Parts: sequence; C-alpha cells; structure tokens
Amino acid sequence: MAETLSSSASIEAVDRGLASAGYIASRQIATAVYLAEKIEKPILVEGPAGVGKTELAKAIAASRGLEMIRMQCYEGLDEAKALYEWKYAKQLLYTQILKDKLGEVLGGADTLAKALDQLHTFGDVFFSKEFVEPRPLLRALEQPKGCVLLIDEIDKSDAEFESLLLEILSDFQVTIPELGTIAAIVPPTVILTSNGERDLGDALKRRCLHLHIGFPEPKLEERIVETRVPGVSATLRKQLVGFVSQVRTLDLKKLPSVSETIDWAKVLVLLGASELGHELVKDTLNVLLKYEGDIEATMPNVSTFVANAGRQGVFG
Amino acid sequence: MRDTLHRFFRAARGAGVRISPAESIDAMRAAAEVGPADREILRDALLLTMAKSGEEKAALAACFDTFFTHPDFEAPPPANDDQDAAADENGQGEAEPAEGSASAQDSSELGALAQMLLAQDRAAIAAALSSAANAAGLPNIRVFTQRGLFASRVLEQLGIAQLRDDIDALTTSNPADAERLATALGSLRETVSEMVSQALLLYGREETEALRNEILRSAPMARLEQRQIAQMRVLIRQIARRLRERFSKPRKRQRRGHLDVRRTIRRNAAWGGVPFLTAWKRRHRDRPKIVAICDVSGSVAQVSDFFLLLIHSLHEVVSDVRSFAFSGNLIEVSAMLENNKPEEAMKQIMSAVGFGSSDYGRSLADFEKDFMSAVTPQTTVIVLGMPAATISIRAPIS
Repeated sequence: MAETLSSSASIEAVDRGLASAGYIASRQIATAVYLAEKIEKPILVEGPAGVGKTELAKAIAASRGLEMIRMQCYEGLDEAKALYEWKYAKQLLYTQILKDKLGEVLGGADTLAKALDQLHTFGDVFFSKEFVEPRPLLRALEQPKGCVLLIDEIDKSDAEFESLLLEILSDFQVTIPELGTIAAIVPPTVILTSNGERDLGDALKRRCLHLHIGFPEPKLEERIVETRVPGVSATLRKQLVGFVSQVRTLDLKKLPSVSETIDWAKVLVLLGASELGHELVKDTLNVLLKYEGDIEATMPNVSTFVANAGRQGVFG
Repeated sequence: MRDTLHRFFRAARGAGVRISPAESIDAMRAAAEVGPADREILRDALLLTMAKSGEEKAALAACFDTFFTHPDFEAPPPANDDQDAAADENGQGEAEPAEGSASAQDSSELGALAQMLLAQDRAAIAAALSSAANAAGLPNIRVFTQRGLFASRVLEQLGIAQLRDDIDALTTSNPADAERLATALGSLRETVSEMVSQALLLYGREETEALRNEILRSAPMARLEQRQIAQMRVLIRQIARRLRERFSKPRKRQRRGHLDVRRTIRRNAAWGGVPFLTAWKRRHRDRPKIVAICDVSGSVAQVSDFFLLLIHSLHEVVSDVRSFAFSGNLIEVSAMLENNKPEEAMKQIMSAVGFGSSDYGRSLADFEKDFMSAVTPQTTVIVLGMPAATISIRAPIS
C-alpha cells in the first residue's frame, strides 16, 4: 500500500514539476513521464499539431534542470546529420601537415616491411574520437548529466531513419564502425513526436511508451491559458475556452489547437477585451483559424457559440 | 497480480491489440511500478505500454473495463426483512434474538458457501467466485456453446452440491433460511452465468474473430450480407495496408551513373584525397504511385462496392493514389473518394458512371488519352474488374 501511495504521489510530483515549468499536464501525460523515467523507455507522443508535444519535452528538461537536445526530422535526414560525421576537412588538413612527420617516422626503416610494421603501430589515428563530429543523437549520449533528447516529427523522416534510431532507443548506445560502441553516460530521456503523417514501424513503436495527446478538456485548457497568458480575466478565459471547444465540434480542415487558443488569448488581452463579444470574435477569428474556408464555415455559428460560451461563463 | 496481467494480455490480444512479449514485459514493469491500488493510473500505464495506436487504445480501454469489472453478486434480500416477517408472525420481542441465535447455530454446521451467502459477505463471495473461476479454467473458454459447461464447472467449484444439501437440510429445520439460501442460489447462478459470458467476451473473441474472418475471406463477395460489410471493411483495410507496405518499399538504388565529386573527395580525405572509394550520385528515391482503375459496370455491380471500398482504403493509407472508375467510359474519382465517406463516395461514383455495360477497350483508350501522364515508370497500375473480363487486358504501361 505504501508503495502504491508513493507511486501516485510521485506522479503528482511529476505533475507539479511540469507545472512549475509552465506545462499543465493531464494525468495521463504525468503518468507517462513518470513511467518513462522509471522503466527507462522513450515516449512516443502522437496527436494533432499544436497540442504541446514539443512543449512537453521542453517542460521536462526545464523541470529536471537538464539540457534539451533537439533533433528536427525531415525527409532525407541521414546518419551523417543525425548521429555523427567524420571531420573530413580536419582529417585532410592533418594528413597534409603530418606528411613530413610521416617521412621522419618511416625514415628509420630500410625495408618496406619494416616501414609497414611501424605504420601499423600508429593505429587508426585519423579515425579516432578527435575526428568525430557528434550530431544530436551522439551528443545526447555524451552528456555527463543526462539530457532530454527531443526527436521532433519523426513521421517526417524516412523509414530507414527509424531503423537507425532503434539501437539508441532500446539500448541507449550507438555503434561507429571505426570506433566501436559508444554507450550513454546517463541514459537520456527521449521524447519522440509524431503528427501521424505516416504510420511508424512496429519495431519503433514497440520500444516506446505510446502517448496520445488530444485536445484538452475545457477545465485543463483553462488552466493552460491561465498559466500561459496571465493577463486574461477569469470570465474571458472561460468564454474563450468554451468558444474554442465548440469550434472543435465543427468539421474543419484544421481544428484550432491549444497553441491557437493561447495565441487568441494573447490577442484578446492586447486588445484589452474583458468579455467575448460578437464583433470582437469576428474580427479576430483569423488568429484561431488558419484557412479561409474554415473561417467561412465558422462565421455563421459565431453568434450561437458566443451566446453558449457566455452562458457557460455565467453558470460555470 | 502476475497471473491477472497474463490473463489480461490474452484478453487484450483477443480484442485485437497486438502485444509482443517485449511489450508485455514493459507492461509488467509499468504495472509493478504504479501498483494496482489506483485503477485509473494502472489503466493509463497499461494503455501507455501496450497500445500503440488510437484504435488499439480504444480497444484496450474497453477491454480493461470489461476485464476489471466483475459481475456484482446481487445479494439476496436482506435478512432483516425475513426476520421481520418471521418476527411479525411469531410476535415481537422474544422472537428476534431467538431467530438470530438459531441461524447462528445452524450456520456453523453449514457448508462454507451457505455461510457466506447467509452472512452476505460480498467480498468473500467475490473472492470465492474468482478462485472458482480460475480452478474451473474459465480463461480457456473459446466458443459460446461452452457457456453451460463452464457455468456448471464454476458452480461445482464453488461447492454447489454442498449448498443443495444444506438447503435440503434446512427446509425442515429452518424454512426461512432455506428460502433465503434458495434465492441466493438463484442470483448466484445468474452471477456465474454473467461471469462466464464476460469471460467469453474477453477470451473467446480471438477465436471467434479468426473464424469469422476466415469465413469472410473465403466467401464469395456477391453473397455477403449487409451486416458483414462493416467487418469486411476492417479486412479490406488490412489488405490496403499490405498493398501499401509492398509498394512503398524503396526500389533498389542504382549504383551507376554520375560520380559525386564532393562526396568522393570527402570520403577519401583520410588518404590525402586519393580516390580509393568512389561515391556515386544517388538517384532520387522513387515514391510509390498507384493508379487504380475500377470496373463499376452492371455485370460486377454486386462486387463493385468492394472494389470501391478497397480503393477508398487505399486512399486512406497511401498518399499518392489516383483512381478511376469506368463502365462505358472512364472518369477520375480520386476527389470523390478523398473527400467523402465510403458510402457517399460509392453512391456518387455509381450515379456518375455505374451500371452501364462495361467497355474495357474504350475506357482504357479514354485513360490513355486523358490521364496517361499520371503513369510513370514508377507507377503501379491496379485494375479491379471481373477476372474473366480482365484476363486479356493489360494496363498500357509505357
């Protein structure tokens, strides 16, 4: 019993930690973060754009006081840009500079075999750690205090890139053929995000905790707005969250997400609004909706939504 | 806890959630970490570790709820009523304590089950039920015809024989208690049968589903009933997904062509720029392109629904699909399929070109005239039609 008490207590602690970094998490998110730390698994976060997937990683890093290393994925991303690359220029430069030195070293040997033997004793000088340029993934493993590794929009990368990640995700190590295996000093907390543009491979999914972040409940969203945009009055906050949640019931091309709600709240504060009005909404709807078609589809409903939101404001 | 989780994994597999051993290990670790006390947190933890897509999450959540809700044992009417009734008959005051002590004395001679039922010890009954269910091997239930068998096994394990004897014995000595036990037995039976149904729902689903899918797969499409179509849709989506996987694999890159000078120099930098290793310019990777041409004429009217359903699923899982439908002539239907739900899209397409007599020659000529530009060497052309009719037709790929 004591153990379970501590587990729910520590989930709350995670929740508080994230809140102190300005991220209001639902219980599921907090549980995921807690579990990821306990069983050392990456979290794969899926959900619509703008619900705070990337923010989550930032908040985890901030709450634990760790550095966040971010790797933005895109089509054509490969090993050389994600993992490591040899410093070719440096290698080239060194071979040029050391040419004479090489002659000196080998000068003592009178036969070819001896020269070769001497050459062997130097080992692979040009493929040593000094010549490796660490890219985000390798850098994350080399952090002495651990870090939060954010692999953003993994669905944008190619399927081959996923396979590259597998070794890091399951064992927190990478293998560089010339150098051997480099294991993480402190296993980083890995967050992968995906907008579901394509289905990810099973092998990748299997190695992760799968967290789906949807649009938040109105109560949660109010709290998010409260933390992010402190200047909004309680009435306005209720109304605008109520309005947004009604807009989400429409069949739109791009539903307004939390980030849009926050932007809208900021705009309303700038305009000095204390209450949601019909005209005000019509004027600022383009902050909330990103497509002309969506705005047109919403316009006729504005009065009803404002009225409903107002009612919620009074009774809620 | 471990056994329970193992049974839950099996139930979850039955519900269509694919769980690999690695995932079950994770789930175990997660469950051990959060503990069983807070059901909501346990549920979250299992959802996080086991389900890997939205659909799976929904299925698993439903499965979790069924699995961890035990059918409640409906207690027989509280003893007070009976006692009050008895007291009323016998006259108040002395009767009540007498009754109480009598039943107390009796119950010491009764079987464990009868005692539990009389005492209305819900917790104990629930515990006895679940241990009896395990002893009877309830998780092994597969098909619905086994329900009676398993129900009687569970009751047997609970000690129903003893209970019957007790009731018989009590009928003469303490008719009131006997009656209460009889009602309790009735509701116990109900609880058990409910429990068995639930177990069937949890553990039998895998088998039933596999059987049904097998039937659906081999059934002639024209003879399917309306209600089976929804299930067919799931199967068709699987087929579409498989198609996508097969065609989206990048083709083998060609290793000849132009020398990539920059990469060659870089790669050979360590040897002072002497090109030991050559690097070739890579050709741009092919993206899968699918052109689907679908026969919707009268002769295939019964199956054209499925053709269109397949194409619709293709549109859902593959981004670069163009689809065409024809009977007498050919039109492009990509937009209709992309913007509408399957049923509406089908209706629109059928009203636009459906039900004519099929003319493959002219339709393919139409295709060549208007849409040949959609076909590149990377394109896969799928023609959906009656096999007998399509056998001599080949898609004109240049």
